[in-house]
Amino acid sequence: MEPTTLFDKIWDAHVVSKIEGGPSVLYIDRHFIHEVTSPVAFSGLEGRGLKVFRPENTVATPDHNVPTLNQHLPIREELSRKQVETLTANCERHHIPMYGLSHKWHGIVHIIGPELGITQPGMTIVCGDSHTSTHGAFGSIAFGIGTSEVEMVFASQCILQPKPKKMRINVEGKLAKNVTSKDIALYVISKISTSGGTGHFVEFAGSAIRSLSMEARMTLCNMSIECGARGGMIAPDETTFAYLKGRQEAPKGADWELKLAEWKKLKTDDHAVFDTEYTFDAADITPMITYGTNPGMGVGVEGSIPTGDNLTGSDKATFLKSLEYMGFQPGEKLKGKKIDYVFIGSCTNGRIEDFRLFAEYIKGKQKASWVTAWIVPGSKKVEQQIREEGLVEIMESAGFALRQPGCSACLAMNDDKIPEGKYAVSTSNRNFEGRQGPGARTMLASPLMAAAAAVSGVISDPRE
Amino acid sequence: MAIDKFHKIISSAVPLPIENVDTDQIIPARFLKAVERKGFGDNLFRDWRYGKDGTPNPEFVLNNPKYSGKILVAGKNFGSGSSREHAAWSVYDYGFRVVVSSFFADIFKGNVLNNGLLPVQVSEDFLTGMFESIEKNPVASFEVDLENQTIRNVSLSTEFKFDINPYKKECLLKGYDDIDYLLSMKTKIEAFELNEK
Ligand code: SF4
Repeated sequence: MEPTTLFDKIWDAHVVSKIEGGPSVLYIDRHFIHEVTSPVAFSGLEGRGLKVFRPENTVATPDHNVPTLNQHLPIREELSRKQVETLTANCERHHIPMYGLSHKWHGIVHIIGPELGITQPGMTIVCGDSHTSTHGAFGSIAFGIGTSEVEMVFASQCILQPKPKKMRINVEGKLAKNVTSKDIALYVISKISTSGGTGHFVEFAGSAIRSLSMEARMTLCNMSIECGARGGMIAPDETTFAYLKGRQEAPKGADWELKLAEWKKLKTDDHAVFDTEYTFDAADITPMITYGTNPGMGVGVEGSIPTGDNLTGSDKATFLKSLEYMGFQPGEKLKGKKIDYVFIGSCTNGRIEDFRLFAEYIKGKQKASWVTAWIVPGSKKVEQQIREEGLVEIMESAGFALRQPGCSACLAMNDDKIPEGKYAVSTSNRNFEGRQGPGARTMLASPLMAAAAAVSGVISDPRE
Repeated sequence: MAIDKFHKIISSAVPLPIENVDTDQIIPARFLKAVERKGFGDNLFRDWRYGKDGTPNPEFVLNNPKYSGKILVAGKNFGSGSSREHAAWSVYDYGFRVVVSSFFADIFKGNVLNNGLLPVQVSEDFLTGMFESIEKNPVASFEVDLENQTIRNVSLSTEFKFDINPYKKECLLKGYDDIDYLLSMKTKIEAFELNEK
């Protein structure tokens, strides 16, 4: 038999049929939905006189629009409230399980799926949200879709998809202390660019990847979309199984044993061929930070912004426009630059490990007086863990306050907006113009980098 | 909802020679709060198009009366970032029927196709030629022929043959959408489910 990739194995097992010269009809095991990209799909579906075909394989949570303070009160902003109410009503009408704002397991869709054990190896998972790639950390094929496609999945539990090309990104060796999987992600994207992965599905492999915790793997797969890839995945192993075992929705008893045996087969065969392959040395990776307006514009904290001298034409114009927006000069050093805001949270770095890292760094230190910090857990469960582990006390005595879960300043659809012209070190995933509020200047980094910036008030190296 | 049929378009084009235009620029998140699919064209490129006080920015191409047409021509890697289909809706709702670039982000490309908007991926050279032609003559005309998969730069008499998935081409030509197709597959899907369990 020809050696195949992990991606091929899962994909091929989900093809219901294939259109000659066209896409495949791919069966979807889990469909996550949220309030922003689902309402038009529901109305489209109902306009056709249809019901959701497999509501039991669908999971809903409102996350994008929700406030991160006083969640027990009605949402003040009318349009946001209406979107959340529409989701609730749609889910009731179509019998879709929903983890609403008042639910004890509420949270960002890509945090709660794995946390509740809904995300499992070998599955196909979609959501009307590009960071669905997060779930690939479990060795599943997970990718973001548009609203028309959400409607397709509602109607048929399937989606029409052309099979993407395959890429493997190997990171070999040992990561230095205080270098996190966020740094791996920003490093890789800075090397292959925000379009380097376009048309591909990525498998992350290599000894540095194997050594990562599930939380760290999720961060990496989450960011895979930022290199343009459809998604990223990591073959499941003992780390994966240990994480899943005992979670609410994970298989139990004899069923667990059966599934486990299946999951253990999920890996790329030796000699399987990828369309594109990259290998990086973990030792080359240092704490990263972005200086521009796409996630590929990142450098090591000790590095400088490129001069752009080698660029020409529209590349150069785009580069300069980006720096102008950020208020930076070509060739400048970033270390020591004053910052105004720090955001810890999002589906990229809103898990318990991220808050542990943050708390460990700030312990016994004080937040810089001019810095505003938003510390936003990814879910209620994460919030609860933060409390149980005593991290809140550490944060509070260092001058930080914990907020309530949601997407928050990651895309600033709620009240958490970075003001115009202000610099924010953010653990989220996108530094696009205006992403964190009109005119906001975002610098993406790991929770450790963010912690160091919050305490010193300037871009600093957490290794010092 | 069936999509509009697409055959041939002859039109002038609106130039946006910026690279990596992400979907947050096409439609900022704060305009995603609608629960209905309408009026998104008003906020297309919102933060480039309008000042903070809501007055049109005269420098931005959509506010320049010199430029018009059903074709949007953009720098490479257009539509990166968020999967929001609102980006495709806003481009369509504004009145564009074709987007030309030398490279498109995957999800965006799928989204526009599902909405009767044609993404035409051309070579860097052809794209540069288009920008130059528009710069010389803002009403320079371009001809997009889906059947033959060609785009023609009338002023330069150059032509580029573009790729499109044959299934998607058929859908656009006939105005079919994927859901009609998937619904016709129901029995097969149910059989697949039984097999899986
Ligand atoms: S945290 Fe940010 S990236 Fe993640 S789902 Fe929410 S808005 Fe999207």
